[in-house]
Amino acid sequence: MAAMALPTLLPWARAAAGLQPGDALPDLKAMDLEGDIPDVAGKVVHLDFWASWCVPCRQSFPVLEQLHKTHGPKGYVLIGVSMDEKAADMQKFLRKNPVSFAIVRDAKERLASRVRPPGMPTSCFFGPDGRLDSVHPKYEGEATRKKYLEIIERLLPKPKA
Amino acid sequence: MAPAALIVLLCLGTGCSTVEPWQRRTLSDITMRGDRDPAGLLLAEHMWFSREAASGGRGVGGGGCGCN
Repeated sequence: MAAMALPTLLPWARAAAGLQPGDALPDLKAMDLEGDIPDVAGKVVHLDFWASWCVPCRQSFPVLEQLHKTHGPKGYVLIGVSMDEKAADMQKFLRKNPVSFAIVRDAKERLASRVRPPGMPTSCFFGPDGRLDSVHPKYEGEATRKKYLEIIERLLPKPKA
Repeated sequence: MAPAALIVLLCLGTGCSTVEPWQRRTLSDITMRGDRDPAGLLLAEHMWFSREAASGGRGVGGGGCGCN
């Protein structure tokens, strides 16, 4: 009986656990996201799940903006995924905290249901091969900035000598 | 009997749901905080400690007489 149920339950258990390191970046265009999705092919992709009601998310924005500005031209793509229920909340937040990186809204929670961020905010890093490198919940100031920087520099292709 | 029990269980089950981390907007609201009104909290604790003779339970000194 258990052997029969296992093949049925395995996909469910995997979906409930969310993305694991080595899993492929979901097709963002198929996720019904609101907003423009930048080109992610062959780039280091950083998905940052945030919401306007999340105080640490607000604190993380200046650091994310800095990372985008310094590493964007080197093949790093940062996408802020807003989990706000109302678009107006997100827009109000962005007026107060303007950023130049891409922002999309996961209104239907399809991407979040696939990735399953364990907290708010959560950052997910994908290598240029499109595979998940690591998932990082919470924002803890300078320690988080240093950690993100180390990951981005490790994942970015090394310049040829 | 079994169908009735199943119906009761199903009805009870509908009251349970998991709140995902990204759905905690309402829970993160200031109105969900017990300490959002310091004066109100002080008064409530004063009444509670006096009634229960439990003064000091939250770091307030006194003997539970209601006069502290």
